[in-house]
Amino acid sequence: MPIKVLVAKPGLDGHDRGAKVIARALRDAGMEVIYTGLRQTPEMVVNASLQEDVDVIGLSILSGAHNAIVPRVMDLLKQNQMDDVLVLVGGIIPDQDIDALKKLGVAAIFQPGTAMDDIVKFIRANVKGAGVPL
Amino acid sequence: MTRSVPVRVHRDLARAITAIENGYASFGDTLATLPARENGKASFVVGVTGPPGAGKSTLVDRLIEKFRAGGETVAVIAVDPSSPFTHGAVLGDRVRMQRHSGDTGVFIRSMASRESGGGLAPTTHDATALAAHAGFDVILVETVGVGQVELEIVAVADVVAVVTVPALGDSVQTIKAGLTEIADLFVVNMADRPGASRTALDLKHMVRESGRDVAVLQTIASEGTGIDDVMVALTAARASESSNAGRAVRFEVVRNIRDAAVRRALAVLDAPRGRSVLERLRAGELTRLEAREELLVYALAEVINAD
Repeated sequence: MPIKVLVAKPGLDGHDRGAKVIARALRDAGMEVIYTGLRQTPEMVVNASLQEDVDVIGLSILSGAHNAIVPRVMDLLKQNQMDDVLVLVGGIIPDQDIDALKKLGVAAIFQPGTAMDDIVKFIRANVKGAGVPL
Repeated sequence: MTRSVPVRVHRDLARAITAIENGYASFGDTLATLPARENGKASFVVGVTGPPGAGKSTLVDRLIEKFRAGGETVAVIAVDPSSPFTHGAVLGDRVRMQRHSGDTGVFIRSMASRESGGGLAPTTHDATALAAHAGFDVILVETVGVGQVELEIVAVADVVAVVTVPALGDSVQTIKAGLTEIADLFVVNMADRPGASRTALDLKHMVRESGRDVAVLQTIASEGTGIDDVMVALTAARASESSNAGRAVRFEVVRNIRDAAVRRALAVLDAPRGRSVLERLRAGELTRLEAREELLVYALAEVINAD
């Protein structure tokens, strides 16, 4: 069955080209991608993920607000018993913030220049349960 | 009073739909995981269909707003196309409805059409039934952007709204068979664009000539203009004893026959008899038509033996 991924753009920056490129690439890799658009709050991201019952959440953050947004998302996922969802963060994330994000439970951080293929491979290798790679 | 649905029910419903979608559980077993609805009232299922980019999602967003203002809970099942090549999909209908995200009276689920060609996913019918069982008062089912012949929405919805936009063709388009025959309501969206009145008029003529009572309304969904008229038409349709019950049953039977026939035919292709037909077709000993007839005979023989 196709892996289901929610691609979200939390925070206030209005640049979603990267998120759309990712959505398209994951589609071409045979995944079902729910694209939720710009300016999402952590509550909106988690609520949409719950209703869509996704295997993976991909957060695209370019604004530098990751240290505020990601902890809130992880907290809400826990509250809703959705700890099994694989959370990925992509965008402008400084090296020094990576460890802290991983400690929160983020499975991987993809910085600028990451090959699309590496993201696809990572998802296929790490999705638990439902998603079986095609 | 504005009702809501516990988050727990949202989660159970979401997981139930996944189980059905992926074939992990039967519909009956999945139904048992959901609490039965409390108010005993039947859900009102509205189908929203029409060509890509006509404004279906935006209209759905506006309808959510209106039904919520009336105190009813709303589930949305929005279908977008799967790639026939990779099976992947980008499901983007939610983008237009995100302002309802924090409202626990609204449940929104995207579905990829997967292998279905009728404008819905193979399990949209079941997902709709699950949402009804979970107690949502109104269920809005949005099809993929359709052309003329993707009509499965008829089997799911109590009322079908066909959304179109100005200048998609002349009046001949309105007398063609298919999409225009299933509408209980026409919505000419983007009515501020040139040609809107003409499109509405062509549809009105078509409706009058067909002797059916189908409203033709104009909206600008992005601005919320004309939505009250749509609500009036939907409310009237909801109150009336719709003839759609008979239509839905017939459609459902046809769909089941077709699904069963395709399944049997595919099974025959894998059997020695079917392989021999394919080989003779490749070798030029059979025409395509002859091959088809031979396979159909085998497939039907399978049906008879199975029964």
